[in-house]
Amino acid sequence: MAKHHVAATVNGDEVEFLCETEETLLDVLRDTLHLTGSKEGCSSGDCGACSVTLDGRLVCSCLVLGCEVDGRKIDTIEGMAKGETLHPLQQKFLEQAALQCGICTPGFLVAAKSLLERNPNPSETEIRFWLAGNLCRCTGYDKIIKAVMETAGDMRRA
Amino acid sequence: MAETNGTTNGAVLDIPQTYVGTRTVRPDGVDKVTGRARFAADFNLPGQLVGRVLRSPHPHARIISIDTSKAQALPGVKAVITRDDFADQASELIPAGEMMMNYRDVVRNVMAREKVLYEGHAVAAVAATSVAVAKKALKLIDVKYEVLPHVIDVVEAMNPSAPVLHPDLFTAGVEPKPDKASNVAKRIEIAIGDIEAGFGKADVIVEREFNTAPVHQGYIEPHAALATVSEDGTAEVWVTTQGHFIVRAHCARLLGMDISKIRVTASEIGGGFGGKTVVYLEPLAVALSRKAKRPVKMVMSREEVFKASGPTSGANIRVKLGASKDGKFVAGYAELRYQAGAFPGSPVQPGVFCAFAPYDMENVKVVGYDVVSNRPKVAAYRAPGAPISEFAVESVVDEIAKKLDIDPVELRLQNAAREGTKAAYGPKFGPIGLTETLHAVEKTNHYTTPLQPWQGRGVASGFWFNIGGETCASLTVNEDGTVSLVAGTPDIGGLRASLAAVAADELGVPYEKVRPIIGDTGSIGFNFLTGGSRSCFSGAMAIVEAAKEIKADLCRRAAKLWDCKPEDVEFSHGAVRAKGAAAGKHTPMTVADCAKVAGKTGGPIGGTGRINAQGAGPSFGTHLVDVEVDPETGRVTILRYTVAQDAGRAIHPSYVEGQFQGGAVQGIGWALNEEYIYGKDGKLQNAGFLDYRMPVASDLPMIDAILVEVPNPRHPYGVRGVGETPIVPPMAAIANAIEQATGVRFTELPMSPPKVLKALRERGLNTREALRSGNGKNGHGKNGH
Repeated sequence: MAKHHVAATVNGDEVEFLCETEETLLDVLRDTLHLTGSKEGCSSGDCGACSVTLDGRLVCSCLVLGCEVDGRKIDTIEGMAKGETLHPLQQKFLEQAALQCGICTPGFLVAAKSLLERNPNPSETEIRFWLAGNLCRCTGYDKIIKAVMETAGDMRRA
Repeated sequence: MAETNGTTNGAVLDIPQTYVGTRTVRPDGVDKVTGRARFAADFNLPGQLVGRVLRSPHPHARIISIDTSKAQALPGVKAVITRDDFADQASELIPAGEMMMNYRDVVRNVMAREKVLYEGHAVAAVAATSVAVAKKALKLIDVKYEVLPHVIDVVEAMNPSAPVLHPDLFTAGVEPKPDKASNVAKRIEIAIGDIEAGFGKADVIVEREFNTAPVHQGYIEPHAALATVSEDGTAEVWVTTQGHFIVRAHCARLLGMDISKIRVTASEIGGGFGGKTVVYLEPLAVALSRKAKRPVKMVMSREEVFKASGPTSGANIRVKLGASKDGKFVAGYAELRYQAGAFPGSPVQPGVFCAFAPYDMENVKVVGYDVVSNRPKVAAYRAPGAPISEFAVESVVDEIAKKLDIDPVELRLQNAAREGTKAAYGPKFGPIGLTETLHAVEKTNHYTTPLQPWQGRGVASGFWFNIGGETCASLTVNEDGTVSLVAGTPDIGGLRASLAAVAADELGVPYEKVRPIIGDTGSIGFNFLTGGSRSCFSGAMAIVEAAKEIKADLCRRAAKLWDCKPEDVEFSHGAVRAKGAAAGKHTPMTVADCAKVAGKTGGPIGGTGRINAQGAGPSFGTHLVDVEVDPETGRVTILRYTVAQDAGRAIHPSYVEGQFQGGAVQGIGWALNEEYIYGKDGKLQNAGFLDYRMPVASDLPMIDAILVEVPNPRHPYGVRGVGETPIVPPMAAIANAIEQATGVRFTELPMSPPKVLKALRERGLNTREALRSGNGKNGHGKNGH
């Protein structure tokens, strides 16, 4: 069967690609568009390392097919910093040592940004449940949760 | 927030410590928050092929034949490998950090030979032009098996009538030498004093049997490797590993190549916890590339990670502990049966050594058995072996405290190992911080906060040896006075930040001017792997040596420039200074000043530390946990958690806290949910993150971390390893808390909802009446104990 031709917007750029039916959005991002910041930890939607937003909605890109994104808008970790300026969440993760190995970090940042866009003043419990779809095996989540809480506070005051 | 009971700031070394002990931003951080950092699966080469592994569907079977002809004939298939592509290896035990290894078994684990020994055991591998072709090729490989009876459980595997995995395996360490092969690879024993006499003096004795389930390290990044072998036989490998020098050594040995011809680059590593200290895909990728003459990339699926890479042992344990009525431990006995997986080599020896290590006891005997069964070969997992035996001992310690009505922290303080205590496994401890961690926990308001019905509070301590080992690191002073730092142990959670801080303080240069990298195997001398909590401990020692070399060289250069005697020049407070007869006659030169005139004074400036680091200091920790048990569902919720651990000296407090917190949470998973579940067919039933339930953010509270600092006198900065001890206490601390909440002593891990619910039902504790009366098992005493 012929490949699908797909035109989409990724991190604000218009992109076109061809993909097989069974290729996931994660496969396309990593292998075709060479955006390897989204990670594959499980390919079953359980670890959240491949989190991206699709038309503003948080999704696991391993659970979306490449051919489903025609005409749609995708934002990945690579689009989070603006020029030389890191997103406040990125900056806070660095300052608070909210990462150890860093493999889950892109997914956590994308998911946390998505939360703060919906809820600028989340409680600790709301943060913990929103991020429950992202697995981290190194940190015990403590510093991640604190970084998100502090960033939310900083952004509200800004 | 964490609090610091620091005692050593600036006291260890006579140099200003601007960065050591502070929370610097990690030099590799920006790449990790922007998605730029390259993990193993992020590397690609032009013309690369996709490598895939055919794995055994059977837990135990003889391989009658493997026919790869149809697969090889499939268009797009460029190479197929089987056991025939690996020369057999002689049996030889080789120390591998905290574990032992045998190349006879390594070659059989990476590719099955006579038999497959577990579901998921590699049988063949292909390299093809696409994933689709590779998958199709695997289906075309015809393997004929003679299915054999299998055994999964460790106790069943020890039964004389159990199916035997290895016909040439005779139990080592027993006299007379057995004449019949069995699944018991070895028996080990340590003993001090006279335990019979010791138990004779006991006023109270508790004896219990425990069972723990195998758990996986659970790193989020699956194993991955990219290899390219050129026509001249040289190879390059990019891989996620805790030790790229070890990968190089294994590939050279298994594939008959010169070590110098293999260059291995450690990618950023997405978690390891011991599980990435061995090889799985690496020799296959190199063998496939050598055959195909094209780069080959291999990435495991999560299912493959669970089925074919190392979990740690499950175990069966008996513990007997005796105490006098005033609370002195008079005798301890333990019997440990550890699953090794398909090949010998469980961490039963460290389990034996650690069992009673936190306590000063005169009479101890511990016996351990290393037992094979039809499961994946275990790999190291954070303090390998210790969490299992110490779970059992720390549970029994709690029971003794209850029986004697002594506060569990006080009981531990009364028996705690101190400086000068002779451990049952041999050495006499130097300065150690166990009592300090117990006092630290006692002083928290966590310890005295009242509890509600169905809530309980538990405490447990833990011990791990830590190791040093072969380490090489270099510092180069660049032309502009900046510093390039090359280390050779993969940075798994803040190593570059720690070493850069040490280098900056040693040389008196700003932290931001030190750029640390993890060099490939061609750019720095041999390094043993990142494991045993050694990378910061040993790396900092090597950096101190490298800096010494630079400082001595700069002094020689300055003496020449200043035309004075070498003994009239010293390096202090970040600069070369004249002293003695020359004092005050010359302007001090910083490292940057020296760099400017390097060409005139002897050329490039640099130093290398090449050491076999000795003097690792043991780290003790104590954990305090509050739980709440839901009597209707059996779910245990962690309400509050405090870790106190002796770090010796925290080079980077945030990353030390991170080790405490992360280790504690892995222990929480081990205690409450994680386990390998097998069917009667010997197949793993939960090889995915949905069914293998690791802790998620909503399961947890904050994890309070208390840094205790009792400096290690054998380290220039007082450092002890910190990474492993934090996973030792949680299981017992939680079991002790659940006991307090419910009155039920759980002796089997995980304490998952079905098991808790069943136990409550059996005891009639969650009947409607019991629930109405609000079960009051807890809450007596000032802090619930």
